[in-house]
Amino acid sequence: MIATMALPPPDPEFVLRGTAAPVHTLHFSCRSQEPEFPILFSGSANGLVQIWNLKTHRVDKTLDGHGGKSVYWVETIRGRDELLSQGRDQKICLWDLAEGRSMVTDSVSMDSVGFCRCSLLKMAQDRWLIAMPADDPDEVQVLELPSKTSVCTLKPEAGAKLGMPMCLKLWQPGFGACPFLMAGYEDGSVILWNLSMGKMLSRLACHQEPVMSLDFDSEKAKGVSGSSEKVLSVWSLDEQQNLKVHKTHELINSGISDVTIRQDRKILATAGWDYRIRIFGWKKMKPLAVLDFHTATVHCVSFSDHSRPSERLLAAGSKDHRISIWSLYNQT
Amino acid sequence: MWEVCQQHAQAASPELQETLLNKVVCLPDHLSNKLRGENLPIFLPQNYFPLLGTEIIQVLQRISDSLRGGLDCSISFVSQVLGKVCVHGRQKEILSTLVPCLTDLTKSDCIWQRMCWRLVECVPDRWMEAVVCGFVQAVPGADVLSRLLGNLVVKNKKAQFVVTQKLLLLQYSCPTAMLQNVLGYLALDNSRRFLLIKVLQELMETWASSSAVKHSPVEQQLYISKAILICLSHLKDVEIDSHRQELFTCVMEGMKCHLDSNLPRIRCLGMIVAESISSRINTDGPILKFQYEEDDETRELKSLLTQMPSPPSVISPPDEGRKDSPSAVTEAESKPDRKPVAAAYAVSEEGSDSELDSDDDFIPYDMSADKELKKTKAPLYIRDCIEVLTGPEDVEKWEATMRVLETLIQRNTAATQEVSVELAKVLLHLEEKIYIDDFMELRQKALVAVTVTDPVPVAQYLTSQFYSLNYSLRQRMDILDVLALAAQELSRPKAPGKSKLSSVQTPYIQILPGSDSSKDWRRIVDERIRSKTRRFAKGQSQVELVCAPNKFSSVAGHFFFPLIQNFDRPLVTFDLLGDDHFVLGRLAHTLAILLYFAVNTVAAAAMGKALLEFVWALRFHTDSYVRQGLLSCVSSMLLSVPSDRLLEDVIEELVETQAWLADVAEKDPDGDCRRLALQNLLLMENLKTKLEAAPS
Repeated sequence: MIATMALPPPDPEFVLRGTAAPVHTLHFSCRSQEPEFPILFSGSANGLVQIWNLKTHRVDKTLDGHGGKSVYWVETIRGRDELLSQGRDQKICLWDLAEGRSMVTDSVSMDSVGFCRCSLLKMAQDRWLIAMPADDPDEVQVLELPSKTSVCTLKPEAGAKLGMPMCLKLWQPGFGACPFLMAGYEDGSVILWNLSMGKMLSRLACHQEPVMSLDFDSEKAKGVSGSSEKVLSVWSLDEQQNLKVHKTHELINSGISDVTIRQDRKILATAGWDYRIRIFGWKKMKPLAVLDFHTATVHCVSFSDHSRPSERLLAAGSKDHRISIWSLYNQT
Repeated sequence: MWEVCQQHAQAASPELQETLLNKVVCLPDHLSNKLRGENLPIFLPQNYFPLLGTEIIQVLQRISDSLRGGLDCSISFVSQVLGKVCVHGRQKEILSTLVPCLTDLTKSDCIWQRMCWRLVECVPDRWMEAVVCGFVQAVPGADVLSRLLGNLVVKNKKAQFVVTQKLLLLQYSCPTAMLQNVLGYLALDNSRRFLLIKVLQELMETWASSSAVKHSPVEQQLYISKAILICLSHLKDVEIDSHRQELFTCVMEGMKCHLDSNLPRIRCLGMIVAESISSRINTDGPILKFQYEEDDETRELKSLLTQMPSPPSVISPPDEGRKDSPSAVTEAESKPDRKPVAAAYAVSEEGSDSELDSDDDFIPYDMSADKELKKTKAPLYIRDCIEVLTGPEDVEKWEATMRVLETLIQRNTAATQEVSVELAKVLLHLEEKIYIDDFMELRQKALVAVTVTDPVPVAQYLTSQFYSLNYSLRQRMDILDVLALAAQELSRPKAPGKSKLSSVQTPYIQILPGSDSSKDWRRIVDERIRSKTRRFAKGQSQVELVCAPNKFSSVAGHFFFPLIQNFDRPLVTFDLLGDDHFVLGRLAHTLAILLYFAVNTVAAAAMGKALLEFVWALRFHTDSYVRQGLLSCVSSMLLSVPSDRLLEDVIEELVETQAWLADVAEKDPDGDCRRLALQNLLLMENLKTKLEAAPS
């Protein structure tokens, strides 16, 4: 073994300033070829969705559609031409961004007042599923887009005492297969739902506190969740569709507001209440880096979808109004 | 010749024996005197005496044969030969052949054993010491020694004196293995064990005597400590029980005078010995536990307590007392058991780890900065800091303040100058309300920063506080350290990116609060001398350093003179010339440093003169740490004060000092003092040659 001194943690590639409000959500759109630029959508507490040009590091466009209420989830559908944004005004807006337009073409109103982010899954060409908190505080509703027809409502059994859903992740084992939903609840448990039957398949109480965020790797059937506690919980799904705790990872400071596995399933990033972004190797949860740049809670982390791995970026949005962009572990 | 010798070994007239003895032993000398250059190689002492050894074995062989045949033989002539050879200083040569043979022969044969005992017993008293010492050195282990010497120490007064007094208390040159031989030998037979206890008592007396601690060299104290620890390892619990009270008294006394010492090594020795004894005498009660840094020496000392007294391969006599220290033996035996298991575990775990990680080729970044998040923000202004430090307790804020204070002071010079003395006061009186890892260091850095920012008032304040009432020794020493560090900081040319150069010019001294070791000081002096000699040797070959005004020069007097003024005026709570000699030693070192950093300043000459008087007043101080400080002062003075001023102002004092230095270099019990004095003499010599070389 070669005993080398560990390198000091890297600095951000660049920092995007100017949201003028805490940043709650980020979403990359970098797949498109030249001459189009890679862009980053950000949703912030002042209700604006900003579209950042990652070449010039400037805001290209600002979308104001949530009446000044915080935007906490954005996601593109159909490339970068259409955008979904979820706001605290209890609306999910569908934006038409094609050919320089920026107008709300459709919206879904929700009755939930929680902080639960929606989850989107592409089922087929021009058909998506969106999971979102439903009217009843402990239910999750799944809609089909663009028709907005309800697919199912996932209601826990009476007396389950799960509390509100906190985070959702739609996934399917293979393209065209029956979709599933992973949902983290207020009581700290993660539940696997079968959407076609509307049935709870497995429940795992992996946290003492509300699950703040989760991500699931359907290939390895393994997921990770973070809560307001000091631990990251890694769990796995076996053949009998049972969730089991695989491992827990102790953190230095408590509070994880977001956790994301990179698309290549090699590393994962967490956004911490301790102002730090942590990078882990996904295989063994080996801690790789602690990025200490922000001066307030980090709300979200997101990996870019660049088609070339070497260009992949990590973005983190924080309460300190800044978005930091990092380039890490891109060499493989 | 050997035929004759052998016949006479059995019966002969005393005169003839005497001459024969003389001839046999001195043969190489006579021959070389006679033959000069044509001496045969076999008669060179290094060849002759081993030969003599083998011949002795042969003689002994015949004697043993004749004894077996029922004939009575006297062995005394052989003993005399042996004794005479040993006293002539040829122990090594003769015993190198004799001991292995005898070891072999006595292993199972009781006649040989008896013969061997007789052989040693019959050595005349006047040669006994040389023989016993030779045996102790030559044997591989205590049980062999026991077999060869038998109960010699009990029967022979002289041998007893040598073994119990001379080898242990009157000298300190033997290696540890020899000590183990001697003490193991005493422990191996019940009839000798009373001697072991007696020895331990005497050792403890020496160990506990304050004058011995003060006046004997560190090496001897180390030697005595080792001997005590080995004794302890040999003693049975019952034996310790019967002497518990005595041991306890000795430990108490000895601990006091050891902990009183200014030399960290002696303190450490005291702590280890006291710890070890207390763990033996208080088997059930609470035991002493000290905090000291582990190094090779402490580990070696501790290992003496547990290790097996003799190599296990040799068969020992049945009445041996090897079962004496059950705890030691079991520990020694259980140790190797435990280690491989742990090692194997570690290896396997590591192996599996790296295996699974092998395709995980991401190299982690440094994550040492990942600490617990502090909620409170550190204050941004100096005045806020003072408020926090003096105000009500807010643990986190307090800690955050301590951590930013130094940088705040350095950044806001003007703001600091407004409150500098007040801040210094607060810092000096600051107590560690909550535990912070490096509180002492943080406080010291902050104080140094204040002093550097506003040197004159703060130095005046600190120096006045050094001699005022109601401070602890710790605080007084902090003052000294701060002054020395600030002086260094001030005298260092501050240019961005020149840190490497400046470190060449002024050696970095670390005066951490915990390190009372005089190493730092010593290093400085070494550095000084090296830099000085280099200047003589190489002339102007050094790269010209970036010049910057020495900020210390204008304020050096404020640092120096108030400190040197009052040292001889005892206060109620502080008596530099009395009990507080440790602070005096530190003061001397600090003054030396201050003068060293004041090189090339106007005040240096006056400072040097004052310092020389200070040294002169204290030159016969009993404490070696103080003497080391004084010697540093002299070097400092020789280096910092311009030589022409030295000759003009203090030439007589210099001559006197030189005489004193010569005396120290020759007679001081402390090795470091001797070395420093020698270096000083060298500096003086250099000065002289330089003066002679200069056209006057």
